[in-house]
Order: sequence, then C-alpha cells, then structure tokens
Amino acid sequence: MIYAAFFYAVAGLTVISALGVAFSSNVVYSAFAMMGTFLGAAGLYVFLAADFVAGVQVLVYVGGILVLTLFAIMLTHQIQDVQVSNRSVGRFPAFVLTVLIGGGMAVALLRAPWLVKEEVATGPTTYGIGDSFLNQYLLPFELASVVLLTALVGAIVLSRKELRD
Amino acid sequence: MTIGLHHYLVVSLIVFCCGLFTVLTRRNAIGILMGVELILNSANINYIAFSRFGSGSYDGQVFAIFVIMLAAAEATIGLAIVLGIYRTFDTIDVEATDTLRG
Repeated sequence: MIYAAFFYAVAGLTVISALGVAFSSNVVYSAFAMMGTFLGAAGLYVFLAADFVAGVQVLVYVGGILVLTLFAIMLTHQIQDVQVSNRSVGRFPAFVLTVLIGGGMAVALLRAPWLVKEEVATGPTTYGIGDSFLNQYLLPFELASVVLLTALVGAIVLSRKELRD
Repeated sequence: MTIGLHHYLVVSLIVFCCGLFTVLTRRNAIGILMGVELILNSANINYIAFSRFGSGSYDGQVFAIFVIMLAAAEATIGLAIVLGIYRTFDTIDVEATDTLRG
C-alpha cells in the first residue's frame, strides 16, 4: 500500500514532467521539467532494483546532459520560443498522430502475453554489471569508449571558432 | 493491485508520447533534442522493467547503461551542431534552416 503510493508519486513526477517538457512554451521551463523526468526515471529504476543504473542516470543525465543543454540554451539566447507550429505538422495533427501511435502501442502492450517471472532475486547490481561489461559485453564496451572519444573530438572540432589567417 | 510490469510499460509509453509530441511540434532545435532524450529515457525504462520482470539477469541494465552513454554522445554532437547553426543563421529556429529548399 505504501509501496504503491510511493510508486504512483514517482511515476506521477515522471509523467507530469514529461508533459511539462512537451507543452511548455518556454524552452528553459522545458529543460527544468526534463530534470524532473530524469529524476523520476531514476526513482523508477530504484523501484526496479537497478541501483547502479539509477546512479548512472542521475550522474550522466542530470549532471551531464541537462547541464550541457542549459549551457547550449544560454549560448543561443532564444528565450522566446516560436514553437507553436512547424510548417509541415501543426500542433493538432501532431497531437492526433501521437494519440493514435500511443493508443496502438497501449493496446499492444496491454494485450501481449509477457512472460513475467515474479520470483526474481534482487540485490546490489554493481558487481554483476561490471562482470558483464568485462566478460560478456567486452567488445561493445570497448567500442563504446571509441564512440565517446569520437564524440568528444567531434564536438570540439564542430564548436570551435574558425581560424582566419 | 500490486505494481507489475504493465505499470512501468504504461509510464514509459506516456513518456514516449510526450517525447514524440515534442519532436513533432517544436521549432527550437534544442527543444527537438529534448524530445529525443525523452524517447531514449522511455526505452531505458522499458529495458530495465523487462530486466527485472522478464529475466533475472543484468542484460537489460547493461543495455540501459549503453543507451545512457550513447545518448550523452549524441546530445554532445547535437548541441555542437546547434551551436554551428546558431553561428551561421543567427537563430536556432529550424524553420530558418531552409537553404537547401528549392
């Protein structure tokens, strides 16, 4: 009962923040609502016994990506957002399309016979994840480091000022 | 009703739909990137929910960590591109970037 109350509180935070990101007119409000979404998602990971991923979520998403987004918003100075309608898809058609796609997915996921194992042992996951990274998922792990290096170098090259001789 | 798999799937579906709506309606380039982040988060919630309820192994959580890391790399490059757009067009309205349009 208390468990369900806490779950609905965290899920409510996530959902309401996601609605705030979608429907805010000001992009700075959307960025702070996105922080609420990330923190709500980290709370949901804790409910799912994924303690390490919850920590990584807070550190990387809130502490990295969100701060980077806020810096980019600050550097591009567009506080008044003219976001009401794209030329190709207006707000109402986008809403209809989203409701159709969401409704289709909702029907599919509520009717699908998921194989659910209820008796799953939960415990600290850090050791197991680290083990997986170095045994079973070693190649993706190394490729991921290459991707991060490439992204780092690419971002620096893309964003530096042009040198004029 | 005990909190089961369906609850998490519905939460992630709502976050996905909000992200999709954000990508479709925003004209601010950074707003579009925020919608993409919401979609990636909804996929992560699904991964970890299935890791908990579908199998007891850590595979879903390992995938979620990869997704988080790739989202960070993609956000970095995307925002660097947005800065380039701002320098060229002096705005980040995606309606203004129509140089290739005939």
